[in-house]
Amino acid sequence: MSMKTSTRQVDGITIVDLSGRITLGEGSVLLRDVVRDLVTKGQRKILLNLGDVTYIDSSGIGELVSAFTTVRNQGGELKLLNLTKKVHDLLQITKLYTVFDVKDDEAAAVAAFK
Amino acid sequence: MTANRVSYTLDSSLQSVNMAEETAQLIAAKAGFDEDNCLRISMAVREAAVNAVLHGNAYDPKKKVTVAFENTGQALVIRITDEGKGLDVNNVPDPTTPENLLKQSGRGIFLMRSFMDEVRVRLLQPGTEVTMIKNVSGPAADHKEASK
Repeated sequence: MSMKTSTRQVDGITIVDLSGRITLGEGSVLLRDVVRDLVTKGQRKILLNLGDVTYIDSSGIGELVSAFTTVRNQGGELKLLNLTKKVHDLLQITKLYTVFDVKDDEAAAVAAFK
Repeated sequence: MTANRVSYTLDSSLQSVNMAEETAQLIAAKAGFDEDNCLRISMAVREAAVNAVLHGNAYDPKKKVTVAFENTGQALVIRITDEGKGLDVNNVPDPTTPENLLKQSGRGIFLMRSFMDEVRVRLLQPGTEVTMIKNVSGPAADHKEASK
């Protein structure tokens, strides 16, 4: 299953709902394009909802890191929402769990943006 | 676990990476590994296959990737070989140190080592051979990453 994304706005926060696999090739390129497009449009408070992401490889992890630094370098914030156990474990193994601001409740995540 | 061996010669493409991952998942399940370990094994194979296709053979259509699975009865031994310029693992920095944490790439070998019991890299002339071993049972099998 390839990756799909959809974007919505909640209280000035851009929520990107992702589903499928974020892996080398199509999935990681799509994530990169979506985040860059949002930043270009001036949307710099971004919440990535990973609840329906079934699989992520090292390229996908790299794209999450790249998205985080891209938004932060523009003065924005990027947070993660609804990690599956697989993604949670991967972020812990790679010691990235403490780098990202990870939330498991959408309303609380939206409220957490400055 | 009964002893047997199977080998595939694949093109240097993303389709080959997906095929290697899916095959690893099936063989690991057939070998009796539980769902979590099947996932770890297939992810390690995916990372090794990506290295072989992308960094080793650089998508060169003339170069092949070989993926071999051997069930020894005590372990699943997976060998992935490319025909590229060779990977010096000593020059791959630790991706978990503060200065490397926000780098976009460089986590493949780290993940392979986290998910498997043993990972050996041998330089060929030309190419790289990565051998990964997952023991059928053992203290490292289930909680290796939790202890890190």
